[in-house]
Amino acid sequence: MNPTRRGLLLGTAAAAATTALGACATSGSDADSAGKGAVTAENPLGVPADANLEVVIFKGGYGDAYAVDAGSKYKAKFPKATVDHKGIQGVGEVLQPRFVADSPPDVVDNSGAGRLDLATLVTAGKIKDLTELLDAPSLDDPSKKVRDTLMPGVIEDGSFDGKPLVLNYSSVVWGVWYSKSLFAKHGWTFPKTWDEMLTLNDEIKKAGLHAWTWQGKYPEYLNDPLVSLAAKAGGFELVKAIDNLEPGAWKSPAMTAAAEAIYQLAVRGHIMPGSEGLSHTEAQNAWCKGQVAFIPCGSWLEGEQQAVTPAGFDMVMAPVPSLTSADKLADGAVMATSSESFLVPAKAKNAQGGLEFLRILFSKQVARGFAESAKSLPVVAGATDGLTLSSGLGSVAQAVAGAGANVFSYKFRTWYAPLSKAVDDATGELATKRINPAQWAERVQKAADAVAADSSIAKHKR
Amino acid sequence: MRHGKFRFLAGALTLPLALYGLLVLWPYLQAFYLAFTDWTGVTSEVNLIGIDNFTRMWSDPLFLAALRHNGLMLLVVPLAVIVVALGLAAGTRNTRVYRVVYFFPQLLSVAIIAVLWQFVYTPNSGLLNGLLSGLHLDSWRRSWLAEPDLALWCVMAVLVWSAIGFYVVLFAAAMESVPADIMEAAAIDGAGELTVFRRITLPLIWDSVQVAWIYLGILALDGFALVQIMTVGPGGPDNGTEVMGLTLYRSAFTYGKFGYASAMGVAIFFLSLTLAVLMLRFTRRERVELA
Repeated sequence: MNPTRRGLLLGTAAAAATTALGACATSGSDADSAGKGAVTAENPLGVPADANLEVVIFKGGYGDAYAVDAGSKYKAKFPKATVDHKGIQGVGEVLQPRFVADSPPDVVDNSGAGRLDLATLVTAGKIKDLTELLDAPSLDDPSKKVRDTLMPGVIEDGSFDGKPLVLNYSSVVWGVWYSKSLFAKHGWTFPKTWDEMLTLNDEIKKAGLHAWTWQGKYPEYLNDPLVSLAAKAGGFELVKAIDNLEPGAWKSPAMTAAAEAIYQLAVRGHIMPGSEGLSHTEAQNAWCKGQVAFIPCGSWLEGEQQAVTPAGFDMVMAPVPSLTSADKLADGAVMATSSESFLVPAKAKNAQGGLEFLRILFSKQVARGFAESAKSLPVVAGATDGLTLSSGLGSVAQAVAGAGANVFSYKFRTWYAPLSKAVDDATGELATKRINPAQWAERVQKAADAVAADSSIAKHKR
Repeated sequence: MRHGKFRFLAGALTLPLALYGLLVLWPYLQAFYLAFTDWTGVTSEVNLIGIDNFTRMWSDPLFLAALRHNGLMLLVVPLAVIVVALGLAAGTRNTRVYRVVYFFPQLLSVAIIAVLWQFVYTPNSGLLNGLLSGLHLDSWRRSWLAEPDLALWCVMAVLVWSAIGFYVVLFAAAMESVPADIMEAAAIDGAGELTVFRRITLPLIWDSVQVAWIYLGILALDGFALVQIMTVGPGGPDNGTEVMGLTLYRSAFTYGKFGYASAMGVAIFFLSLTLAVLMLRFTRRERVELA
């Protein structure tokens, strides 16, 4: 679920160095004129022209070139201000004390393995409401509000109990990946339903390949197809019921059928032996070497595998097949959400500047640069129009277009971290046949009930 | 000159004591206080909630699993390390080369050791499974770190491996201080090697063994770094390798419950302290004075 865990593996030395730099660099701004400047058509958010701006960005798999770009555009607009940009990796470690002391930076990209827990920040009231930004005219076309330039679902993704607090930058879509050239060679086509998937897997086995592998060290990777199958069969109501911790939701027929579907992969021997002990790199590399036909992953896979993908591999992401032919969601429905959470702290010294920075960041021009440098889909609608997309990114864009309104996403991962861990553990056991689907549902339901009953965990509704 | 000496000592100790107080005692005191609060880690607002955190801990299945696992490590790791290290130290008494070799793991950081061993245990291309195949023991191949019954033992093996070198060197140094004439006298009296070791060497180096026991006990109460880097989940599979340090870390940084995590920290502090006292009590022996 978390596309930026790779940040953890990017080299601890680099992380330590950047963290140290981040910690040493000048914090806070001296020439500080808090509050608002004059509101004009050029400056709809009323940024004080001489207030300095401090930006802290998670520098992981996507890099931070796009944020540097936005910073220099900000500087060009407000020449009297200095823009202090920090691209770091352990966002939580660096910023936690500053949130406690109420002296946070003006913009934060709270992402990566070491990010601050969003639900905790929200409950503590540490994040500024972004409604003002969403209602401001967009940079590209002043007749359009910022909120009208974003892909559907993005504002909801960053809303807590109806309040938009976070804006995610990168659109993340989940699916099943395969190599177009490998499939062409064997004359295989990607299946439409799970039954067809199992039949195709038998054929793949006969061809001497393993059908599936998964990033066993992080069981959440196999959860994504599981909960996707459930959502397709059970529809939006099921997704809501799960997130709202409704009693028995994890034991609903759609959810248990989805668990059974994944279980069948293990039972029928369609999973490459040893997958449960592989890290994400090891599993993905086995797939890139052509030993395995399918791997579940999010849309960041192509960028992550850039260095090891052989020429002509032509990776493609397909939406998870339908569970049955009587699914509630239409064929081609995808699980999609957004990541790279940008927020403006409630106690930011130059909050208006922070909002303005985001207005620049979410413009078409900057988003286009992001698509090119990070090989990922930004959430700004139409930002990739006219660009020639690579095989993987093109298939992701196609999946999004094909899904139309049938885009779903679960919230329980961000809302209830302990439940998310319980689901991961259970799915890991399911995929190794140590528990069966009924036991899986029983365990997860118990964990969900425990979260629902725990008064120390703040609850959210959708 | 006594006055001058006192003044010199006071002057020399002020700074270290102040630093110790500020950097060691003060954080401890803060953790004790936070253990009784609901601090989330991002606010300056803190509410006292009494002993809630502590009662919660004793019904938290994760923490209890961690406690069990650390308990097992406490039984296995110190004993294994001390037995093997004593054997190696006695067996390679006069060969310095081996001692240097044993010491190698000590020079590597825990993170590197964890990554190296993770590769050794990797199911398909790992060294261990490759070795088993080479010996025609294919049926012994396993997904070592991904099986709940095996994973913790695999982690303990690495913990033992990485600790042994230091204790070989420690014990060997202690053995060198045993006077040669005592050994000779024993040999003349007709004592076998094992008897010499049991009746002479071991009693004379007992202080070192006792120290080793306490340090290894504290090591066994940790294990966080190895588990965090090596295991599935981490802490898995299915919480099979959960250790207290990891539960604490997750509570604080993933779940945003710093108060609860502090309570765990306090519990671990008292566990370590009790352990040290008990170890000293139960391993106390007559001190042998060398004339």
